[in-house]
Amino acid sequence: MYPENREPEAKEEATPELAESKYSRSSLYKDAWRRLRKNKLAMLGFAIIILLILIAIFAPLIAPYNPTERIKADSSLGPSAKHLFGTDILGRDIFTRVIFGSRISIQVGIVAVGISLTIGLFFGALAGYFGNIPDTIIMRLADIFFAFPYILGAIAIMTILGPGLINIFIAIGILGWAYFARLFRGSILSIKNKEYIEAARALGASNFRIITKHIFPNAFAPMIVYGTMNVGTAIIVEAALSFLGLGVQPPTPAWGEMLSESLKYINTAPWMMFFPGFAIVITVLGFVLFGDGLRDAFDPRMK
Amino acid sequence: MDNNKILEVKNLRTHFYTDDGIVKAVDGVSFDLKKGETLGIVGETGSGKSVTALSILNLIPQPTGKIIEGEILFEGVDMTKLKRRELQKYRGNKISMIFQDPMTSLNPVYTIGNQLMESIVIHRRMSKKNAKEEAVKLLQLVGIPEPKKRLTSYPHEFSGGMRQRVMIAMALANDPSILIADEPTTALDVTIQAQILELMDELKNKTNSSIIIITHDLGVVAKYASRVMVMYGGRPVEFSNINNIFYEPLHPYTIGLMNSITRLDEKKKEKLKPIEGTPPSLIDLPKGCVFASRCNYKIDKCTSKYPPLKEIKGNHYVACYRAKEFMEGSLSRKG
Repeated sequence: MYPENREPEAKEEATPELAESKYSRSSLYKDAWRRLRKNKLAMLGFAIIILLILIAIFAPLIAPYNPTERIKADSSLGPSAKHLFGTDILGRDIFTRVIFGSRISIQVGIVAVGISLTIGLFFGALAGYFGNIPDTIIMRLADIFFAFPYILGAIAIMTILGPGLINIFIAIGILGWAYFARLFRGSILSIKNKEYIEAARALGASNFRIITKHIFPNAFAPMIVYGTMNVGTAIIVEAALSFLGLGVQPPTPAWGEMLSESLKYINTAPWMMFFPGFAIVITVLGFVLFGDGLRDAFDPRMK
Repeated sequence: MDNNKILEVKNLRTHFYTDDGIVKAVDGVSFDLKKGETLGIVGETGSGKSVTALSILNLIPQPTGKIIEGEILFEGVDMTKLKRRELQKYRGNKISMIFQDPMTSLNPVYTIGNQLMESIVIHRRMSKKNAKEEAVKLLQLVGIPEPKKRLTSYPHEFSGGMRQRVMIAMALANDPSILIADEPTTALDVTIQAQILELMDELKNKTNSSIIIITHDLGVVAKYASRVMVMYGGRPVEFSNINNIFYEPLHPYTIGLMNSITRLDEKKKEKLKPIEGTPPSLIDLPKGCVFASRCNYKIDKCTSKYPPLKEIKGNHYVACYRAKEFMEGSLSRKG
């Protein structure tokens, strides 16, 4: 194509900076990961999340009892060697139920946020990239969703759909989309006007290519952060719905539902309430700490 | 049509529809570009030089900006009439562009190699391996040392000058006939500026492509361009070869520009004369000549009707009623 008689001579840029960079290959995501690993609190959060997922997966192996098994003789016992977290009024092992309850929480957290994220990404991308009429329609629709308090909206949807795990996914998933859409739209808007997008267009890249290859990877970072933090919120909403009897139905073990059942015995058997409550707190804390760390890690100014 | 002309722009008008009114960024620009030549477009900020360049590939921001009139003939095809998909085949292929700021014109999440290969793969069917070899050749062409290793670098690991070299490599990836450089050296420091311009000139001669260089640096134009179009207020005010522009300017604005730069070729020690006043808002342009409000040679006619761009003498186009007087010497340029 071109004559190649140009010697790759050392140019003025061959400064120490160049030599140094040979050893540190990095990109936005690799950089973020490196910064994240230095953040102790974030790694604690990460450890909690991993531990929780492992517990959820291997629940039947870890739990000493069957979560719905009633041992009549052991009703309402406090924590002991036989029943680590005690038993509830029906004689079920609370340790076992807390372990199995993690399955519901993790599922709700991940699936519901997954739904919100997918819908939000799609509409946020449409609104941000095309602007104008799609933007107006989508953002006004989002405003309608913002008008409902999260919990109230969830209660309303659950009342219509009826209780059940799938319906919880739908309710929480649909309610969350507007937040993701607005966030994604914002970051697309800021990236859309960057010079490298104009440069890509000048290279003859198609709209599709520009969105998927150039805008998306750059706009996605804040979504990861918000998504992670949102898992905690989704878990709390699920617990609240189950507490109100609109969520997962007994005898399936869910943390919110366990809280609700133990409410009557708060004075006589506080452990019934303490352990599932504590599980919720730890889980949400894990996701929030990790999300917080991610946010710092993705911010280049924190370098 | 003259076969030597590779690009011909006729009466181009690009307007922006903003909340404050219609911005007539480009309002009647005509020029042509010959094979293998370097054309300079000079003007101050807001004179419409960048918009002219963006209009050629229809890269003006949608939906606020629009080409409302004019023809842009490239190899006989009117670019303004092409559909988006057809236009994409030209962008970065036959006509490519280099942008002002190399620090932000590369995508931070991809490696240099990745982005170079993208520019190749978009227009040519090629295996990844071949594209990679091509990318190495391109980096070598623009003088990046150790091109094979540098392919895996990320933009932030490159200096400004190196990034601009990469931008040039990307622009040259498909052997374009025209390279549009929109202030390619504004963001670079002076020594690097010279290197980048030398490189562009050298590559132009090698590949026999044409360059449109947009700048407000008259020194750059003097050194590299063979013809110059001076723009003011969205219109060309003077268009001629480099010698005419620098030694026999016939438009008061060009004259003002020449009086406001230091010249090493003139012995007399004189104070530099700036052009008084500021350029008019492009939203409500005056009825007559856009430059009239700052012009020392203004006559009544100037404020009522815009002087058309006329060929005063061979290939010297000027949009001024008094150009002839400057030429004949009855009007002093030092006024």
